[in-house]
Formats: sequence, C-alpha cells, structure tokens
Amino acid sequence: MSDSLLSVRSLTARYGAAQILFGIDLDLRAGEVVALMGRNGAGKSTTLKAIMGLLDQRSGDITFRDADISHLRPYEIARLGLGFVPEDRRVFSDLTVLENLEVGRRPARKNADGRLVDPWTPERLFELFPNLAEARRRAAGRMSGGEQQMLTVARTLMGNPYAILLDEPSEGVAPVIVDAMADMILALRSSGVAILLSEQNLPFASLVAARAYILERGEIRYSGSIDELRGNEEIRRAYLEV
Amino acid sequence: MSAAGLLVQLLNGLADASSLFLLSAGLSLIFGVSRIVNFAHGSLYMLGAYVAYSILERIGGTPLGFWGSVLLAALAVGAIGAMIEIVVLRRIYRTPELFQLLATFAVSLIVKDAVLAIWGIEDLLGPRAPGLAGAISILGRRLPQYDAMLILIGVVVLAGLHLLLTRTRWGVLLRAATQDRDMVGALGVNQALLMTSVFCLGAFLAGLGGALQLPREPANAGIDITAIGDAFVVVVVGGLGSIPGAFLAAVLIAEIKALCIALGTIALPFGLTIAFPKFTLVAEFVVMAVVLVLRPWGLLGKPQAAAVSAGPPETPLAPAGRAQKWLASAVFVALLLLPLLAGGNSYAIVLAIDIFVGVLFATSLHFIMGPGGMHSFGHAAYFGLGAYASALLLKAAGLPMPVALLLSPLGGGLGALLFGWFCVRLSGVYLAMLTLAFGQIVWSIVLQWDDLTGGSNGIIGVWPSAWLASKTTYFYLALVVCAACVLAIRRILFSPFGFALRATRDSSLRSEAIGIDVRRIQWIAFIVAGAFCGLAGGLFAFSKGSISPETISVSRSIDGLVMVLLGGVQSLAGPVIGAASFLVLQDQVARDFEYWRAALGVLILILVLAFPGGLVGALRFRLRRA
Repeated sequence: MSDSLLSVRSLTARYGAAQILFGIDLDLRAGEVVALMGRNGAGKSTTLKAIMGLLDQRSGDITFRDADISHLRPYEIARLGLGFVPEDRRVFSDLTVLENLEVGRRPARKNADGRLVDPWTPERLFELFPNLAEARRRAAGRMSGGEQQMLTVARTLMGNPYAILLDEPSEGVAPVIVDAMADMILALRSSGVAILLSEQNLPFASLVAARAYILERGEIRYSGSIDELRGNEEIRRAYLEV
Repeated sequence: MSAAGLLVQLLNGLADASSLFLLSAGLSLIFGVSRIVNFAHGSLYMLGAYVAYSILERIGGTPLGFWGSVLLAALAVGAIGAMIEIVVLRRIYRTPELFQLLATFAVSLIVKDAVLAIWGIEDLLGPRAPGLAGAISILGRRLPQYDAMLILIGVVVLAGLHLLLTRTRWGVLLRAATQDRDMVGALGVNQALLMTSVFCLGAFLAGLGGALQLPREPANAGIDITAIGDAFVVVVVGGLGSIPGAFLAAVLIAEIKALCIALGTIALPFGLTIAFPKFTLVAEFVVMAVVLVLRPWGLLGKPQAAAVSAGPPETPLAPAGRAQKWLASAVFVALLLLPLLAGGNSYAIVLAIDIFVGVLFATSLHFIMGPGGMHSFGHAAYFGLGAYASALLLKAAGLPMPVALLLSPLGGGLGALLFGWFCVRLSGVYLAMLTLAFGQIVWSIVLQWDDLTGGSNGIIGVWPSAWLASKTTYFYLALVVCAACVLAIRRILFSPFGFALRATRDSSLRSEAIGIDVRRIQWIAFIVAGAFCGLAGGLFAFSKGSISPETISVSRSIDGLVMVLLGGVQSLAGPVIGAASFLVLQDQVARDFEYWRAALGVLILILVLAFPGGLVGALRFRLRRA
C-alpha cells in the first residue's frame, strides 16, 4: 500500500457553465488530519463533494486505498471506507438519533492482517458524544445545531471509515461546541481515522491539523505545514484573512 | 334510517376505505421517496385485477386457491412495478417533475393497450371468495363477509406498513431517503436498489388492491383512470408521503360517501328535498377542498418547503421579429386559401378545424405552464366546461348558436375561477395533482349527471346556425377566432400582467418582495387560460355536432401537455407548432394503427428519455446547495 490513503490529481469540477475547480492535487495519509483552507467560495466544499462523487461534472484521478474511485457512485465510495460529513448538518430530521446512526451503519472492516476492527456502535459513539446519549430517542430535527453537527459526524463514523471528509465542522456552532469538535477530531485521529477537513478558521485548524492546503478560486495556492502557515503573514493575508 | 342500517352502511364504507387505502398507500410511499407522482399507479391497480382474474380462473376454486391467486397477482404486479422502475424511472429521477409525470403516464398508455390486447374489452367479474360468499347478520341487517374481510386486510396492511417503516433497517433507510436521498447515498446505501424495492412494494400494494376489488367490481380497461383519480385525491387529502394520512383520508372520504347514501333523500319544509346520495359524486371534491383550504399540505403531511428553482433561469421571451411576423402572416394567408385549394368539404378542412381547436387549447395551457410555471394536468376540464356550457346554452337554454359560442369562455373561465383559487395555493407537483383531481371531478360529474349532461351518451345535435353550417364557413370562423386568441394571449404576455406572471414563475418570494400579489396574479392567469380554453371547447362542440364526457377525459389533458412539450415549453410559437404537428401525427397514426395509445406512450417515452434534461434546456438538478 502506498503512503497516501487518499490521493487526488488534477481534479476539476463545474456546475453547469461555471467551472469551480481547476486541477486540484492533494494527499491524505493514513491517520493524519489535513486542513483544506480558503475563503468562502474558494471551492472547499466543492472539492470534498467532488471527491465523494456527489457532483456529476468532475474529472481527474482520485485514488483511495489504491482503488480508482474517480468514476464510482457515492455509495460505492462510502462502502470502500471514505466517509463524508456535509457542512449543512443534513441530519434526517424526522428520524431519531438512533435511527440516524442506523442509516450510516456498515459492516465492520478488516485490518491489513485480516482481523476485524472493532466497529463503531451507538454505545461507543455516545462515549465520544455524551450529548447524543441523552437524546437517543429524540427526533434529530429537535436537537440544537451543535448536537446535529455531532450527529452527522457520528452517523458517518457508523460506516467504520478509514478516512473522513469533514466539511466546515466549526461553522455556525457555539464556541463550546467548537471546542468539543476539536477534542472529537483529536480523539478520532488517535483512533486511526484520517481526516480531510475543510475550514476557514485558522486557530481551529491549527488545533487539530498538522498540514494545510489553501484554495483560492479553485486552485491550490499553498501546501505545507500549518505552523509555517501561522508564521507566514503574507500568505495568510493573501488567501485567508478577510 | 335505523341505527342498524346506519351501522352497516358505515361498515360498508370502511370496506371501501380499505380498497382506497390499498390503492393509495403505494402511491404515497413511492412519492415520499422518489418524489415521483406515479401516474401509472392506477394501471398497476388495474393489472392487479386482470392478473388476479386469470389466475383465479385456474386455481380460484378453494379458499387457499383464492387467497393464493390474490397474493400471486399482487406479487406479479410488484415485479412489473420493479421492472418499470428499472427501465423507465431510474433514468428520470433528476429531470423536472413534468417529465416524470409524462413518463409514468406514457407507461399507463402502454399498459392500457396491453390489457386490451390480452384480456379484451369485455367487463370481467371475478368469482366470490370461497367461504366468504355469505353475509354477517348485524342487528337484522346483512354485511357481506367479504367486506368484513376487506376491513381486516386494510387494518393489517396499515399495521404491517407501520412496522416495516419503523422497525426494520429497510424502513429506516426508506424514511431517511424520503428526506435526503443524496445523503443516504453518501452514507453507503445503494439508492437504486432502494428505489426499485420501494416501487416493487408500492406496485404490490396497488396490485393487491386491484385483485381484492375483483369480487366486488368487474375489471374493465377504464378502471385505471378512475383509480388514479381516487388515489390522487386520497393522497393529497392525507398528505403526500404519509401512510397513516392515506388511511385517514380513505376512511374519511369513504365514510362521508357512506353517510350520504345512508341519509338518502330528506324532505325539508316548503316542499324542498335534498338528495344526499347525489352528493357522493362530489364528496371527494368537497373533502379535498376543505382540507386544502385549512391544511394545504394534507391532514398528516408536512408543509412543503418553498419551491427552489431547479435549473438555470428561463430565457426572457422575445417579441416576434420582422421575419417571424412575415412568416405568421404568410401562414395565415395560406390558410385562408386552403378551402379554395383543397376543396370546401375535403378532409383537410376537417383536420384543419381540429388543429385550430387544438392550437387554441394548447396555447391556453402553455399560457399557465410556460410563462406561468404552473403545470396543469387537468386542462381538459376547462375545455369540457366550455364545450358543455355552449351545448347546454344552445339545447337547454335555447340561445342562438353564436351567443352560445360567445359565452363558452364563461364556462371555462368560471371553472378556472373556482379551481384556480385552490390551485394557486399549491405549487409544483402538488398543484399538478390538484389540477388533475379537479379534471377528474368535472369528468365524473358530467358522466354521472344524466339529467343535465346526458351522462355517457353526451349531448347530440350541437350544430352551428345555418349561416355557419358549411364546413368552409366554420373553417374560417375557427381560423379567425383561433388566430385572434393566439395574438391576444401573446399581447397579454407582453403586458405588465405578463411580466408579473413570469416574475412569479421565476421567484415567487422575490416577486412578493417587490409588491406583486403572487396568488392573485396566478389566479388571474388561471382564469384567463380557462376562458380561452373554454372557447376552444365551444369551437370544438359546434365542429363535431355532439359532445361526450370524453371531451373532459384525462387523455385530452395529456394530449395538451404533449403538444406543449413537443413545441417547447418556453417558446411562444411552441404550442402552435406543437399542436399542429401532434394532431397531424395522431391523425396519421390513429387511422391505421389499432394500438395508437401504446404508440403515443412510446413516443412520449422517447421524448422524455432521449432528452432527459428536458427539451427546452438542459435542466439538471444538482446536489442541494450546490
């Protein structure tokens, strides 16, 4: 197996006549957290959706665990172990928390040596997200924004993914939830799940990620360590700060 | 009426409710997940009855054989439903709803011809259920045992569906997909398989309903249309996508009808009487109207989200250029010369009159559909109201024919005034279903109100005055009326009212924000379209000399849609060209080909499948919030 868990080469995507992505290259290695940064409209969400196969008009080479996934349907990609957490908290609002988790459930995965990896269960997830445990039979639509955000993450984890595409977890939630999100991402990383995180907030990204890519108008403008990015005011001012 | 009699009548009503529920539950289920209104659902119901008939003939003699046959028939219909999903519907999930409705309607046309080819045109009555042929005695009244069994089956199916949806993984996935299909896919669920299974289940339920109804009502090739009309009303009343809602609505409607029958004719003071049984004709309509006013999303449905424009914005309408005006004038002059060239009584003249009527019909439909963005599936209602209005004014009221014709817009317009008031409170597919339901209601009233409309015989002897009687004169009349109306409709579209109408189509929210009363504009558009359409109906009636309920049939509404689509929804010349080419084509095919309905179905399918993004623009749904 190559070094890279997820590798993206020359990814382009368009909505109708408007081209959004112009040849993105990026890599995600096993067990690491990488931040995909950039301003609103830079193409962060589009990149994640394109990787996940949620856009019809995409081209480029996408490899996940040595399999070419650039022409697969979203459900096939998910079954290979690449999870997707949407930005806009798309919980199934009429379903209970437990039912939401059930939708995401996939069979346990095997290690390289053929042994079953301990699968995620609702009980294990409730340890990670105590708020959800109290609301397990409540309709998801009746929960707070932060709780819904946690539920979308937990739901994707039920698929026992090797890697997760996490779209703007800190957007529009209360500061206390943002902290909880950061703790959760670190916990996931230590359990071996790799995360590609789209994020605008540099302080948040630097809490959890070691590397970062910066997107601007559909192209990668920076790639490197997040510490270096913090120190480089010129790049920050050019691509991140408003 | 005694208490016992009332009780038995109500129990009878419950048995009817069971049938209605089985018929509607599948439609609701399918809509919930796929957002497709399955027009072919009535056809699946019909297939259930016919397939059950054939199986019952062979093995229906014993109780086991009877129930086995019913189950086998339902399973067969389920398999057919799955096949329809795989072959047709899978390709059109992301196309505009109009195309989905048309595609499923095309399927229903093909099924109808298949049924006629296999089982023939005779009514087929199934055998009584062995062991359940008797009646249960309730306080001296008799309730058929089979009706009691139906009530039981309805309740069992409701409970079974409830358990399936809440207690199984499949049910959870289904409910999740109802809310957000793409997200379910991104979580690793094979949507295609899920859709096929939902269709299979929905078709199974429809087939079961049809098979179980066979001992009560004979199967004939017309029950698909009545069934789909009933199912639409039940589903709209109950709330699209809600199974308990469908049950509740079915019980409500069936019981109100049962009550009307139980009440009978009641004498009032001053020698007045009310014949309640007559109300059964309109009971559905009244229930639906009341429910839609109070809860537009149905009894147990959810309020619909504001409609999000699905595709790129429509291009603005362009006024006719110089070349177009010359061309239109040239065509008009050529048409003026046609009787001289083809001969005054030739077939070409007869066909041309049909085309003028069709052009006016299609143009009036296009007016609310294209620039108005409201897809009407019941446009034949206004056509029929216009036709019947002028025929009745001539025959019953004794008005001279020109006056009767001039008043025909009143028939269509008044109908649109009433129906439009309800319709503009909905949008999208809900609106389409409501227009269809109204169309079916007008049709069934006209069909059943023998005293006034002549029932299925219709009204004969509707001929023009002597000075208009020759085909040539009538040709000129139709030509001038049609041309004047098409120009008038064009004029309206380029008036401030027309701009406002297009604004409401493009964004109802933004239109309201700049002070446009969206519902009022849309309502007026409905009335205008209804009036023009009524005139087309009047022209039609006097050109044929007789009219029948067929004038209002749903197939005429669909013909109108096909004409408009053929020509292009967002082009002003579209309905004119579409109607003319459709009618010439239909004339050529229908004359020599027995299965022209199926041929039309195939034509529609080709139209829809070969241009999956729509003829007018490559409309494509994208991931939400793309």
